[in-house]
Amino acid sequence: MERVAVIGVGQTKYETDKRETFHELVWEVANKALNDAGITVREIDNVVTISSDFWDGRTISTMAVSDTSGGYDKDITTVEGDGTFGVLYGMMRILSGSFGTTMVVAHHKGSESNMAGITNTSFDPLVERKLGLDAITSSALQARRYMTVSGGTEEQFALVSVKNHGNAMRNPFAQLPMDITVEDVMASEMLASPLKKLDCSPVSDGAAAVVLAAERSAKKMTTNKKRVWLNGVGHCTDAYRLGDRDLADTRALKKAAKKAYDMAGVTLDDIDVAEVYDAFSYMEPLWLEGLGFCEDGQGPEQIERGNFTLDSELPVNPSGGRLSANPVQVAGLAGVIECVLQCRGEAGRRQVRGAEVALAHGINGMCGQSHCVWILGK
Amino acid sequence: MADWKSEVEEVVFPGKICVPYSWTVGSTLSRWYVQLRDDGEIWANRCPSCGTVYVPPKIKCIKCYKDMNDWVKLPGTGTIETFTVVNKERPGLDPKKPPFVYAVIKMDGADTGMVHLIGGVEPEKVKVGMRVAPVLEKERDGHITDIKHFKPIA
Amino acid sequence: MGKRVGIVGVGQTHHASHRLDASGVEVIAEAVTRCLDDAQTTLDAVDAIIIGNMDHFENINYVDMWAVDGLGGCMKPVFKVTTGGTTGTTVGAAAYYSAASGMFDTVMAVGWEKNSESDTQAAIATCANPVLERDPFAGAIGPLATEYSMYMKAYGATEEDAAIVAARDRNNALNNPYAHNRMHVTVEDVMNSPMLSYPVKFLDMCPRSDGACAVIFAVEEKAKKMCDRPAWIHASVVRHDYTHFGDLEWQWMPTLERATLQAYKYAGITNPVKEFDVAELYQPCSTTGVKWLDSMWFCERGQGPKLIRSGATHMDGIIPINPSGGVVATNPIGATALIRVAEAAWQIMGRAGDRQIPNVKKALATGFGGCSWSDVFVLGADLP
Ligand SMILES: [Zn+2]
Repeated sequence: MERVAVIGVGQTKYETDKRETFHELVWEVANKALNDAGITVREIDNVVTISSDFWDGRTISTMAVSDTSGGYDKDITTVEGDGTFGVLYGMMRILSGSFGTTMVVAHHKGSESNMAGITNTSFDPLVERKLGLDAITSSALQARRYMTVSGGTEEQFALVSVKNHGNAMRNPFAQLPMDITVEDVMASEMLASPLKKLDCSPVSDGAAAVVLAAERSAKKMTTNKKRVWLNGVGHCTDAYRLGDRDLADTRALKKAAKKAYDMAGVTLDDIDVAEVYDAFSYMEPLWLEGLGFCEDGQGPEQIERGNFTLDSELPVNPSGGRLSANPVQVAGLAGVIECVLQCRGEAGRRQVRGAEVALAHGINGMCGQSHCVWILGK
Repeated sequence: MADWKSEVEEVVFPGKICVPYSWTVGSTLSRWYVQLRDDGEIWANRCPSCGTVYVPPKIKCIKCYKDMNDWVKLPGTGTIETFTVVNKERPGLDPKKPPFVYAVIKMDGADTGMVHLIGGVEPEKVKVGMRVAPVLEKERDGHITDIKHFKPIA
Repeated sequence: MGKRVGIVGVGQTHHASHRLDASGVEVIAEAVTRCLDDAQTTLDAVDAIIIGNMDHFENINYVDMWAVDGLGGCMKPVFKVTTGGTTGTTVGAAAYYSAASGMFDTVMAVGWEKNSESDTQAAIATCANPVLERDPFAGAIGPLATEYSMYMKAYGATEEDAAIVAARDRNNALNNPYAHNRMHVTVEDVMNSPMLSYPVKFLDMCPRSDGACAVIFAVEEKAKKMCDRPAWIHASVVRHDYTHFGDLEWQWMPTLERATLQAYKYAGITNPVKEFDVAELYQPCSTTGVKWLDSMWFCERGQGPKLIRSGATHMDGIIPINPSGGVVATNPIGATALIRVAEAAWQIMGRAGDRQIPNVKKALATGFGGCSWSDVFVLGADLP
């Protein structure tokens, strides 16, 4: 199979209450990605936008950005969900042989929408929606289940928040760089037990873009230093209703990860750095179990041992993660971009030394119903 | 882009999407809700192939994709598998004034759990593993809220 | 290069204005089950699933997650694509590319909508830019009426020309057991139906329907084993225009012309009217069945009325259009464009029942939506 490379990346600073419109945000990052790749929009032959009619408050939300994404008079399409799935479709379009260079761009303005109300519409209107569940309350159910199964504690989860907000201090794009302690997290406002405010990601605005190119053209278009290969990917969806799943079971992620590792031909030892979906603090150790970096139930303890800090064997979320900026559709794409920067050695003060193989992870749906796992490499 | 705000006033339009909805409940859940509304009973259905018992009932087994015509009446009791005490108000969403409790209840006689409210107990006393039974509304209209909440039993 | 891909199975619901007998997930399951039956296979043979609809018609966020019970998607790779009216072809294209990429051998595309569950025009109106165009924008009928009145003035097309198309498609639907509106209609009936927005009358316009459609795409090796006459994908092309309604060209359809010409190039089509045996076109209003023909190079610019009046596009004509009854007979929006691909595939597979055109070797299917966006599929009985 031919390979596909990321040849350009661009992202806004993630903030709340941005006053630029969706198309201005996309204009900014699409241009940054093109400039980073050293190409013009004329060399883009197709576009994948990632947007959500719910968060954008607009039917056919891609209409807001199909001009500034470079989609005019081109073959353009839209994935609704996390940015990692947009990259997946962008890559498959190239591998199909129909396209050579794909722009993948995502935008999100959480500050213009109502997170609780919108995530409530993820629940079945015929059953659970009327109970008022949303992302935070359903995740709280998952957090407690995970504590029950693993014996993990709120303090162990708090360490994830401390670590990732600390990492964000080294990332100029992050929204919430913070020097905090476990006590700060524990003392923050209780939203839905066991989740406190600092266990939860913020409301964020921002956009991100990557330019993908087929091996045949990538080598002509860019320098060796800029190219980072998409070596493996896997995605998998679990059951819908929370009661259909054991919320501490990560079987869908395990299946997605295995596919990504097999396709890339890597083992866990090969992976130098990982961007794991941490919209809530407990998710990082839970997904690290699904990804295979911890035995089932061992995630919280390994967090406590400091196994995933910046100076550890496997730094996790050097960007600061979703806890430090969570523009929903953009979130996983920002993780992909962080992996690209790490593999290029362009991650500045958060650079993981010698990073050659990186893992990015995104989720769709409530409590990680669907996962997309990427392996990128130099 | 960053400095335009020093030259021009930032304008923001408020907006709201106002579209009415009506959701068809369908063959499987209609039957379930009518049983709940008229008889005050919670039923489940069972996969003819693998035997998995689902509540709320399924249109197809999620493992086998088989039609589900085999109905079983549940006792209604169950065990709290996980819960959360909601403290922070969410205007327009909260089914009651916080603090209140959501839980996943593993239902006796079924292989799945139901998400619902826990009531009749101080929120801080709710525990994983607690046995609960449903408390039904007297006036029922055929919705999930016909179950007022689940309450702890001895 | 990518793999060659064919369609090996198609399923659709019996579409209706209100499917009160089935929930959204049940409607999806109905299409999926029929698709698996048509392909004589089971879900085990489906490696990945792509689903699409329009969010604000049912108000279900993360439809790809909510739908897994109906899709049979539990523990499978699933994701969602959506682009408005073109969603159905967008889903089809995503399934096609997923298979052609070599990542998956068999991919199921599912489009669905239950338009009865909301106010379709109120939801569509929110597609306009909220700070510029949303307040004056009034749904789908106005722009279609405006573009046809311009075309009438420019080329001498008439209201009757559109009525011929409306009567053709509606009568064709009598041969399609899945169609939503099945009634015998004369040109006079169309002309006498209530005026919605001049020159568009009630029987010119598509309905809003409840329904779903599923299509299985398979790579060459698999397709040959699964189906004795797969419908091979010869081309899939999309073109978008500007995204403000005020910026659009209304007298012809630039996106349709650009997309079809590119697709013809890929598929080696030089004389579409002669080379296609059938066309299933996303024409949301009978007026577009007159006006858009020149943009597909079915005729010289402005000659659509002549082609329609000649009978060439009727069932016994040289290029039958919409044997299924098309969009004016059936319109579950997120499925509508996929139904075009599905019907074109069935024509090639010889499974189109009473609406079958004899010996179809090449078929054209289109999608329309968004801000005058066009999607085009070319299908063939022979390998591309
Ligand atoms: Zn079963």
